[in-house]
Amino acid sequence: MQALLDILTNHREVVMTLAKVLAVLSILLPMVAYSVLAERKISALIQDRVGPNRVALPLISSIPILGPFLTRLGFWQPMADGLKSFLKEDFTPAHVRKAYFWLAPAIALVPAFMTMAVIPFGSYLGREKMVLADLNVGILYTFGIVSLGVYGLVLAGYAANSKYPFLGGIRSSAQLISYEIAMGMSVVPVFMLVGDLNLGKVIHYQAEGLSSWLLFKQPIAFVIFMVAAFAETNRLPFDLPESETELVGGYHTEYSSMKFALFFMGEYSNMIASSAMMVTLFLGGWTLPWFGLNVRPTEESALWIGLAHIGIFLAKVVSLVAIFIWVRWMLPRFRYDQLMDLGWRRFIPLGLANIVITAVILFLQAK
Amino acid sequence: MIVKRTELSWFERLYFPTLWSGLRVTARHFYNTLFRSGRVTMEYPEQRWTVPEGYRGAPYLVKDAEDRTKCVSCQLCEFVCPPKAIKITPPGPAVDPSTGNVEKRPREFEINMLRCIFCGFCQEVCPEEAIFLMKDYSLTGLSRKEMIYNKEKLLALGGVHNDQIQKWKKKQVEAASQETFKPE
Repeated sequence: MQALLDILTNHREVVMTLAKVLAVLSILLPMVAYSVLAERKISALIQDRVGPNRVALPLISSIPILGPFLTRLGFWQPMADGLKSFLKEDFTPAHVRKAYFWLAPAIALVPAFMTMAVIPFGSYLGREKMVLADLNVGILYTFGIVSLGVYGLVLAGYAANSKYPFLGGIRSSAQLISYEIAMGMSVVPVFMLVGDLNLGKVIHYQAEGLSSWLLFKQPIAFVIFMVAAFAETNRLPFDLPESETELVGGYHTEYSSMKFALFFMGEYSNMIASSAMMVTLFLGGWTLPWFGLNVRPTEESALWIGLAHIGIFLAKVVSLVAIFIWVRWMLPRFRYDQLMDLGWRRFIPLGLANIVITAVILFLQAK
Repeated sequence: MIVKRTELSWFERLYFPTLWSGLRVTARHFYNTLFRSGRVTMEYPEQRWTVPEGYRGAPYLVKDAEDRTKCVSCQLCEFVCPPKAIKITPPGPAVDPSTGNVEKRPREFEINMLRCIFCGFCQEVCPEEAIFLMKDYSLTGLSRKEMIYNKEKLLALGGVHNDQIQKWKKKQVEAASQETFKPE
């Protein structure tokens, strides 16, 4: 017991980081599960349907009003889905390249989780800063890691060794080179304004009020970033690697059971990660300009402000995820060449112009 | 017909007008489905289609107004049934005392609903109007055995068919009077 306490006090940093990692994962994984449910439910409502409303737990569903309500909401559906993926046969076709076939789902999922490491999801709880790794090169790290996720898809397309996954993989790589540059360029003006690459500093810059949110200071950057984020997370209108209607599911056609579920989770955690990025970069992170919620809690006792900040951050992320889902039923899929055209001929010049204009304005202001 | 493709204006080419109208359409559907019951789907096992008259559903046996099984075990339906779904066990020479010495009735009548194709030949061929295609269209069961409907079940599902002629009632009265007839 004493030895355990010694470890806890001597390695406080490590222990707290581990605790935060656990906390983040225990929020992120249910969020992934429930964003799948949200996707199904919102899609259903937009298409005049009902959506999942059958799964019921024996005891809870017999509670008078709450139980049937949760069942109608499909609240237990993610559990059933998860159980189903575990129980399905994990089939490996004979023609696949086995090592890569096994590696690809992991590569698709891990970067999505790793992105969460640098995102400040709250201000302070007690003395603890609510970010897993307070990197000074936060955004560079994110860009580096996020691109890795695409290799998972490309590798899956290659490993499956059949035509549709292969086409999906090719499209994924083509997509990567057409939006990644625009995405990188879109955030340059943000950091020119903030003057720091640390994501915590970006939030502090936006803490002054609604007008200091980078969404309003850099609307063009926001639009470019958002479109690029849609492309990066393979969401419609840019779900070219997946294209259920033409590529039979694209890169994950040959996958089944838990391996498929990993791709699925990767897609949704990517969605959450990019929403979190957008919230941090453009929507003021954990701040709200009202009720004094935009300052970091000074006293160590102000736990509830710290919790409120986390709540605000999560609410912003959830609403962005809802927008991701909403847009899915709004736009038809872009063609391959249209996406490249959009990336190379519209957004890269636009992003460059945005950088130059911001630079000129900053230069004039400095004078 | 020549479709005239007008050049889009620079504003339209910005994607924003399309984006905006798309947002409006989807938001309207979302709102209507959620708050105004604009749903177009039916929650199937609880809600079901009411099928039109003359619909060919599952074939069931009927009784007449006297609670008498109308089927006389002629086996025409068994012979005409294209997928061989019907299996009739005739009563044999033994007389069932409960029916009186009027007409045969099947000892067992089985329809395998997994084989039945709901064609309606049995109804058409039946000289006694004893079997009808009813409105049930979704028959479910947990085993193959459960899907073989026996006479009891078919009669219970089929109910009563009130026809005016009541052929067998007259026959029964005649037969009963035969029993008591004493020639002088």
